[in-house]
Amino acid sequence: MKIDRRHFLVMLPAAAIAWKYLLAGTPEASPNYTMTDHWWSMLIDIPKCIGCGNCVRACAVENDVPDGHFRTWVERYLVTDWHMENPEVVSPDGGKEGFSAAPAEENGKYFFVPKLCNHCADSPCTQVCPVGATFIAPDGVVLVDQTYCLGCAYCVQACPYGCRYIHPEKRVADKCTLCYHRITKGLKPACVENCPTGARQLVDLKDPYDPIHAFLKTHYVQVLKPQMATGAKVFYNEMDGSVR
Amino acid sequence: MSGVEGYMYPNEITLYWSVLIVLYPYITGLVAGAFILASLERIFNVEAVKPTYRLALLTALSFLIVAPLPLQLHLGHPERSPEMYFTPHATSAMAMFGFVYLWYLMAVLVFEIWLDYRKDIVLLSQSTTGLKRILYRIMTLGSSNISPRSLAIDRKVGWIVTLVGIPSAFILHGYVGFIFGSLKSNPWWDSPLMPVVFIFSAMVSGIAAVLLLYMLTAKLRNQPIDMPCVDTVAMYLFYIFILDFSLEMLDLIHRIYEADESFRSLNFMVHTKLYFSQIVLQLCIGTLVPILLLAIVQVTHLSATIRKRIYVLSGCLVQVGVFAMRWNVVIGGQLFSKSFLGYTTYKVGLVTREGLLVAIFLSILPLAILSGLLKLLPPWPKDEQNLVEAAATHTP
Repeated sequence: MKIDRRHFLVMLPAAAIAWKYLLAGTPEASPNYTMTDHWWSMLIDIPKCIGCGNCVRACAVENDVPDGHFRTWVERYLVTDWHMENPEVVSPDGGKEGFSAAPAEENGKYFFVPKLCNHCADSPCTQVCPVGATFIAPDGVVLVDQTYCLGCAYCVQACPYGCRYIHPEKRVADKCTLCYHRITKGLKPACVENCPTGARQLVDLKDPYDPIHAFLKTHYVQVLKPQMATGAKVFYNEMDGSVR
Repeated sequence: MSGVEGYMYPNEITLYWSVLIVLYPYITGLVAGAFILASLERIFNVEAVKPTYRLALLTALSFLIVAPLPLQLHLGHPERSPEMYFTPHATSAMAMFGFVYLWYLMAVLVFEIWLDYRKDIVLLSQSTTGLKRILYRIMTLGSSNISPRSLAIDRKVGWIVTLVGIPSAFILHGYVGFIFGSLKSNPWWDSPLMPVVFIFSAMVSGIAAVLLLYMLTAKLRNQPIDMPCVDTVAMYLFYIFILDFSLEMLDLIHRIYEADESFRSLNFMVHTKLYFSQIVLQLCIGTLVPILLLAIVQVTHLSATIRKRIYVLSGCLVQVGVFAMRWNVVIGGQLFSKSFLGYTTYKVGLVTREGLLVAIFLSILPLAILSGLLKLLPPWPKDEQNLVEAAATHTP
């Protein structure tokens, strides 16, 4: 078949449409994302958490988290005057469906603590992985290469915070990625996006304009189990000393 | 939630290291212990234990062959395990497993057995016929020179291999202890004493296993038991057991006296969920009773029959105690929450991939391999004379 100049010009727009159609099936690129420009973490504002479980549900849907396993969960603490060291903690189904009304407690206080991977800068989980399948990305997020993980569960044992699990179907380690597929496109993690009170804030410590800098200067902020010296990067505002 | 008391982090409710991971340190412990016993004769010239020398080496090899199997069965993706050789992660203790294992298997154990048996293999390749002859010929690796000078070189090299083997055995099992002891996340495991305790308990279990196997094989072959030999082995078992017990007590006393943030939780666990396996099986039945029995033999003059019975009983109890110790470390370390606020339960499956039947099979498999090795490479000193005679009649 011979194509003359006239036919070629007629087919050109059709080819352009076809090309566009093909591209529509491929994932969106993140052209402006440079890993080394970021150092991601999260701020949890404990007084703002109402224990609604939106974050847990959103995470489960967004990341296809299997039932009975949690990339994030919410705990409800009851700390009474005489038992500061032994708080009563509950997290029914990870707090996914919220919490039933707590009985009145005159000599104590209730509060909610959302938990997730702390994306530690000196993370024990990445240290122990026998093949380096779990690693800290240059932007500070601890990730798992699930095509490489052996499923030995050594990282699960090494995490002091109970943030990892073995995916029952994939048989590899799984955990919070800070919704890496979203934050690299300029979006917020699903839990942050769905928190109705703003108790969770995505933080970029390398961004000089991130409000976290002002927040850290003006608030009393803690990380979980600081004695573990893991370089945990999830910051908790007004966290009670009984939280572990 | 069923099986959970108090509060567990939600991802902690399932235990990820099962009975197969209990089996792994138990099996490598037997390997290391058996090898250390073999080295007593070779390096430290304890002539009395000579009858157990070859048996100890073959026992170590049989268990070492099986050692990686529980790990493979436990992995979510066993097909990816070669990655540990190709792309090992330098900071991971577990990544060293493959290298330590291969070194110990090939550079130490197989090499030492081959050197020690070379004369026998050459003689067997001359005295047997058919497939057996071919097999033994292959096993000679083309080296059929059994002149006195050649055998003297074998002995020298074998001595060096054993010398290298002792620290290797310590590394093999100490490293297993390090896998647990180096995890700061888990106060039940986190202890610099862990590798040392593992090594000493390994020696105890390995020596006891060889003692039992020696007496069993002698019985099966209708041969008299060499009493000076078993007495000496039992004496070493007793002294090493005392050291092992002291180390474990040191760890325990340190924990009780220090009573850090995890103590209340761990103490509760030992008095409830681990009471039977820790206090009853490990401490009383598996440690105090055999130590007492072995001590009685040391300080009294009992008849050979009673001594033999005591050795068999102690040997069996030691196995129970050391297995219980591995259980308490591996399973116990996962029963409590890292929040120190609750406890979960471990239910062993029966026919699952990491279930009881598989564990029983893997426990019996080394004994089956050993019985094969005993036929292939008979360790009995008397057989040597028969071999020379048989080879002399077959060789033209």
